[in-house]
Amino acid sequence: MAAITLDSVHKSFGRTEVIHGVSIDIQDGEFIVIVGPSGCGKSTLLRMVAGLETVTRGEVRIDGVCVNDEEPMDRDIAMVFQNYALYPHMSVFDNMAYGLKIARVPKSEIQRRVNVAAEMLQLEALLERRPRELSGGQRQRVAMGRAIVRKPKVFLFDEPLSNLDAKLRVQMRLEIRDLQKELGVTSLYVTHDQVEAMTLADRMVVMNKGIADQKGAPLEVYSDPRTAFVAGFIGSPATNFLPVEAATNPRHDASLLGVRPEHAITCTPSEGRIQGRLIYAEALGAETLLHVKLADGILFTVRQAGTDPIPSEGAECGIIWDQRHQLMFRADGIRCEE
Amino acid sequence: MGGMVEKRGVSYWLIHAGLILGVAIIFFPIWLAFVASTVDQQDIIRPPMPLLPGDQFLENYGRALTSGVNAPVARMLLNSSVMALGIAFGKIVISLLSAFAIVYFRFPGRRLFFWLIFLTLMLPVEVRIVPTYEVAANFGMLNSYSGLILPLIASATATFLFRQFFMTVPDELAEAARVDGARPMRFFFDILVPMSRTNIAALFVILFIYGWNQYLWPLLITTDPQMNTIVMGIKQMFPSGDDLADWPVIMATSLLAMIPPVVVVILMQNLFVRGLMESEK
Ligand SMILES: Nc1ncnc2c1ncn2[C@@H]1O[C@H](COP(=O)(O)OP(=O)(O)O)[C@@H](O)[C@H]1O
Ligand SMILES: [Mg+2]
Repeated sequence: MAAITLDSVHKSFGRTEVIHGVSIDIQDGEFIVIVGPSGCGKSTLLRMVAGLETVTRGEVRIDGVCVNDEEPMDRDIAMVFQNYALYPHMSVFDNMAYGLKIARVPKSEIQRRVNVAAEMLQLEALLERRPRELSGGQRQRVAMGRAIVRKPKVFLFDEPLSNLDAKLRVQMRLEIRDLQKELGVTSLYVTHDQVEAMTLADRMVVMNKGIADQKGAPLEVYSDPRTAFVAGFIGSPATNFLPVEAATNPRHDASLLGVRPEHAITCTPSEGRIQGRLIYAEALGAETLLHVKLADGILFTVRQAGTDPIPSEGAECGIIWDQRHQLMFRADGIRCEE
Repeated sequence: MGGMVEKRGVSYWLIHAGLILGVAIIFFPIWLAFVASTVDQQDIIRPPMPLLPGDQFLENYGRALTSGVNAPVARMLLNSSVMALGIAFGKIVISLLSAFAIVYFRFPGRRLFFWLIFLTLMLPVEVRIVPTYEVAANFGMLNSYSGLILPLIASATATFLFRQFFMTVPDELAEAARVDGARPMRFFFDILVPMSRTNIAALFVILFIYGWNQYLWPLLITTDPQMNTIVMGIKQMFPSGDDLADWPVIMATSLLAMIPPVVVVILMQNLFVRGLMESEK
């Protein structure tokens, strides 16, 4: 178990810099999720912690020791890859035992540890199988097992669930969460899926084009986004953005207004702060999403309880929100100070 | 219903008759060679040539194996086996290693080396035979197994093949092994080589036959009949001048020369097919 520190880490591939100085402090036993759209540098960041990529500038420290020049095997980490990266010619048992064999762990101890992990992951019956004889979810578990048996200081996950179907993803998400809590191993988890990030993270780091826009507990990031990007990326359906003129008491330095769908309600056109035409109502049961097309063409989403009356599609309506829920951003995307 | 079955029956028999006929035509010369290797010299020279085996089988094969014409065939079979196995193993080992270096390591001149290796593809044994002979002779490798084997090991086909295969192996596998603590050679032996076993089996068959069928190079590099390989040895058995060719022994030798490649193909075919099915997703 370990604390990890990223100290203004930069990474360039050739001339192009893809990570522009990221600093993160990870406490012992913490579950940190790095979330961001595809291509923002999440994997690169994780791979620098793993030692699979060199650090161009800055420092990666594990337990206070700079590991920039250490090989992955000397960092005492374990990694779960997106495509699982199981050794295709080895049985499930051998896949999990391989790292231990290299570390010259005694046979009986290997047997014991693999069995414990297999039981935790319900893989006991599959130990003799080859990876190709397993389903996606089972392969995923083997990849997890391979990480667990090593008893590493740090778990690194790179989009481990993105190859699974939606239902399995939810289930494995919970399993990963439980496992991490049970083992208490410091974990760094990369995903582009903000729901995964919200449900798994003790703290999350929202990445935007090689910069860590915001770090914090999921709900804190959700309710108090530091940038327009974070406000738009975290939360589903996404935050609505309007010209700041639509705001009540707009701040002088603000240029953009954000309103979350659940903070807006529809009303009659004359009562509304803005007006538009309801083009589509998505009744999802517990909730209904109203898609309103504003006069200037912007699509605005309102989220209401499934029990609320649904205005008829095509109807003109107004939208209002409480001033407390207004998110105002400067021209450079940074949230205005309260 | 009945008609259909009958129709299928007819085409079934026709196809098989055609196939059997084809096999018979292809097999006929081999059959003739076999017949010729079981009769005595007189029967062959006097027409018509017999079509059924004679009673000299043990006599002729025994003579071929123990004394032959220039050298005992047993000795030539041994020489050929050593050469073919040496070439096959040597090439596979060298090309696995060089493909590994080219695909997995970044070193100065990596592209240059790749192209140098690739270039040798265009230079078959026959083209570089004179300088190669010179080098082999200067190393004192005439009439030796190393002389038969080493010059033929250096070629790029297999390297190229393994390179292409290694490039299809996902990078994550190498990275997973690295995280698991495998140093490069460990990754090579534990992961890459076992994953290549189908390719290795296929290449072994091809290279064994390639080595076995070498004619020109053994002809140049060996002068001592004790070092003759069987493929060149058969040619050496033809007499010069007015001597009579000992056809039964020559035919026995030809048939013996065919056995090892056939055995290799049959044995490795099983492994090869099994490998193919195993790597199937
Ligand atoms: N080996 C590499 N060489 C050059 N550019 C790379 C390499 N790996 C990643 N990149 C670039 O770095 C950026 C971040 O990539 P990555 O970390 O994989 O993003 P993410 O995992 O967030 O989708 C991308 O623009 C990608 O093209
Ligand atoms: Mg990625």
